[in-house]
Amino acid sequence: MATDDGMTAPRAVSGQAPDVFRRGAWVPMRQYPDSEEVDFVIVGTGAGGGTLACKLAEHGFSVVAMDAGPYWRPLEDFASDEAEQQKLYWRDERIVDGDNPIDMGGNNSGKSVGGSTVHFAMVSLRFRPEWFKARTKLGYAVDWPIDWREMWHYYTEVEQALAISGPVSYPWGPHRPRYPRRPHPMSAAGEFLASSAEKMGIGWSSTPIATLSAPRGLAPPCVYRGFCVIGCSTNAKQSVLNTWLPRALDANAEIRDLAMVSRIEMGSRGLATGVHYYRDGRWRFQKAKNVVVAGYAVETPRLLLNSACAQFPDGLANSSGLVGKNLMPQSNHGVYGLVDQEIRWYKAPPSLSITEHWNYTDTGKDFFGGYAYMSQGPLPTAWAGSLTSSRGLWGEKLVREMEKYNHQVGLKIVGEVLPQEKNQVTLTDEKDAYGIPIPRITFSYGENDKRLYEHAVRFMSQQMEVGGARDLFVESDTAHLGGTAKMGDDPRTSVVNADCRSWDIPNLWVCDGSVFPTVGGVNPSLTIQAIACRTGDRIAEMARRGELTRRTTPA
Amino acid sequence: MSKDHPHADTSARYPDYDVLAKWNTPSWNDPTRAAVGQRLQVRDEPRFLSAERFRILKAVCDRIVPQPTDRMNKIAVAGLVDRMLEQTESVGYRRAEMPPLREAWQRGLDALNDEAKVRFGAEFTDLPAGRQDTVLELLQQGDVRSSAWGDLPAQGFFKHRVLHDITVSYYAHPTAWNEIGFGGPASPRGYVRIEANRRDPWEAEEKQGAVHHGD
Repeated sequence: MATDDGMTAPRAVSGQAPDVFRRGAWVPMRQYPDSEEVDFVIVGTGAGGGTLACKLAEHGFSVVAMDAGPYWRPLEDFASDEAEQQKLYWRDERIVDGDNPIDMGGNNSGKSVGGSTVHFAMVSLRFRPEWFKARTKLGYAVDWPIDWREMWHYYTEVEQALAISGPVSYPWGPHRPRYPRRPHPMSAAGEFLASSAEKMGIGWSSTPIATLSAPRGLAPPCVYRGFCVIGCSTNAKQSVLNTWLPRALDANAEIRDLAMVSRIEMGSRGLATGVHYYRDGRWRFQKAKNVVVAGYAVETPRLLLNSACAQFPDGLANSSGLVGKNLMPQSNHGVYGLVDQEIRWYKAPPSLSITEHWNYTDTGKDFFGGYAYMSQGPLPTAWAGSLTSSRGLWGEKLVREMEKYNHQVGLKIVGEVLPQEKNQVTLTDEKDAYGIPIPRITFSYGENDKRLYEHAVRFMSQQMEVGGARDLFVESDTAHLGGTAKMGDDPRTSVVNADCRSWDIPNLWVCDGSVFPTVGGVNPSLTIQAIACRTGDRIAEMARRGELTRRTTPA
Repeated sequence: MSKDHPHADTSARYPDYDVLAKWNTPSWNDPTRAAVGQRLQVRDEPRFLSAERFRILKAVCDRIVPQPTDRMNKIAVAGLVDRMLEQTESVGYRRAEMPPLREAWQRGLDALNDEAKVRFGAEFTDLPAGRQDTVLELLQQGDVRSSAWGDLPAQGFFKHRVLHDITVSYYAHPTAWNEIGFGGPASPRGYVRIEANRRDPWEAEEKQGAVHHGD
C-alpha cells in the first residue's frame, strides 16, 4: 500500500494524469508503448521541454515527455513550509568547484513535472533586442543565430499563454503589446525599490510577472501569500505544470513522471533511436524518431556526455567539444538594509518591482553586459541563510538580527555573466543511485563579471541609502544557469543550430537554457519558453518540407 | 478552540502572537499541518547520529541559536538536525573538498570535540559557554590544531554544515516564527494589506518601541 504522495510511485499511468486543478482528480492521457517509435521523446518537462511538448503535440506529432520529478497537484501537495517544499528541488548530489563554486539544489534546480517553473519567482522579462547581436551591436561575447524581431513574436505568444500581469507600458526597449493582465498592487518591499529609484533618478516598473491578477479558468488570482519560490499552492502561478502541460495532454502528449533518463541510444545510421530510462522499479527503453534533451544546463550536458558510444566517444552532439562548456550562472548579488517602517516582506510575490536601467544604459559602465534588479522577500530560513553565509552571524548576534525580519528591505540583481569555456559541467567517477556518473560543476567569475556585480553593489548601496535604509550588507549569490549546449550558426563553434537541432545528429535536439550563447541580465524563463515555441513551429515547418530526416547544414 | 491546536512560546517583540493559533484557520492547509505537525513532535533524541555525537551537536546548537532561558518549550534543534540527516543524503551539492553530508557531520563533530580537548583539555560538552564559543570561533576562522580534522576543512564544515543546517532547522520552527513575527503558513488565505505599516488582523502585532533606532 504505497501512499500517493507523488514521490513514491508514478501518478501518470493507466491512461490518466493528475488533474492539477482539482484535489484527487484525474484527466485522461494518451499513452504510447515503449515499443512504438514515437515522433518525439522529450527529456525534461520544464520551461524548455514542457513548452515544446505542448507545441509539438498541438502540431500533431506523437510526443512522450519524461521527467525525473513527481507530478504534483499543487492544491493538495504543497505546504506553506520551506523545509517541506525542498521536495521541489533537484537534490541529487553534484560536486561544485572552481574559484566561485555554485550553490545548487535550490533556486537553480527543479525536480518536478513542470521543472523549476514550479518554484520560479515568475519574473517574465524579454531580452534587450541588442543582446541577440551582443558581439555586433555591443562588442562583447557572441551573437545569437536568431533575430530579435522573431523573438519578439514568440515572447508575445508566451506572455499570452501565461496571462502575464504587467504594466500598461513598459519603460524599456522597443514597443511590445500590452500585457494580458493588469499589474498587481505594489507591496511594501516593491514600493521601497520604486520610491528609492525615483530618488536616484532612474526608471522602475511594476514587474511583468506570471501570477494572475484576475481569475483564469480554474486558476484563481494571486492572494499574496508570498511562498512563490517554494511552490504556489493555489495555482495562481502560471507555471509549465498548469499552463503548457494541460494543453499538451489535451493534444495527446504523454507525460511520464518519476522517469529518469540515463542514456540516449544511437543506431547504426548515425541517428538516435530512443532513450533508456528508469521508472517504477525497472529500466526501460522508449523508441523514438527524435530525441529532445531538455534537462537544463547541468542535466542536459550530463546526459549527452553519458551517452558516449563507439561512434561518439566524446559524447553526443559534441564534435565542437563544447558540450558542457560555457556554463553561465547569473550573478545574483544583493544589498539588504533596515528601515523603520514595517515592511513584512514575506507577503506577496517578492519581486513585484524592477529596474532594468542598467540593462538599457550603455554609458557610465566599466563592464560589458547588463543587470536588472528587483525587490526581495526571503522567507525565514532563506533569510537566516543570507545572514549566516554573508555575515557569518551566529549566537545572540544572529538571533537579534533575525528579530528585525519585518523591517528589512533588499535589492538583488540578475546579472549577466559572460561565457568562458573553462566554466563547465563534466562527469565524475562517482555514481548516483541510478548508477549514472555524478556531474562536476566548475565555475569562476571572469574580470568582466566582477566589474559588473561590483558596479551593481555600489549603485544599489547608494539607492538603499537614499531610500532610507541603514545597516547595509552585501550578499554574493548566483541564480539561473545557461550555456552548456550553445546554439550558433557554425558547427565548429556551437552544439545546436538556431532550431535547437544538433549539428552532428539530425534527430537529436536540445531545448532549454543550455542553448543560450549569452544569458543577458534578465531571468531566463520567458526566453526559454519563447525558444521552445519557435522550435516547435520550426519543426512543424521542417516536417512539412520533408526536412526532418535530412542532415542539417550550416546556412 | 485552544484545545484544538498546538501552541508555541511567544516572544518579547510580538507578545500576543502565536502562529499556531492559526492552525484551524484558512491560513493553514492540510499539507502544512502535516509537515509542521511532524516537526512539533521531534524531541531532542538521536535517530541517526550516535548518542555521543548527538550530545556534542546539542551543545553546539545551544551556542549557534541560544534560546531564552524562560522559554517553556525549547525548540529541539539538535533533534531537527538529526532528523534531517536521517532523511537526507544530500542537499543537492557539495564542494569538491567536502565529504558527503552525513560523513561531514560525523567526522566534523568528532573533530570539533577533539579540538576542544586539544585547546582546553576537556570535552566540548564539558566546557563553559564562553570556551565553547571560542572553539566555534576558531573553526569559523579555520584556525584548528586537532589532527582529527584530517582532510576535512574545518572552516567549510562550520560554514556549510554547522551554521547552515542548524540555523535552517531552528528557523523552520513555529516558535522561531513567533520570535521574528513571521506570518507563517498562508494557504489558501493569503494577505490583503501588503503596503508598508499595514497588517491584516491575522498577522503579528509588533510591540511599540521594540525597534531600537540607530545605535
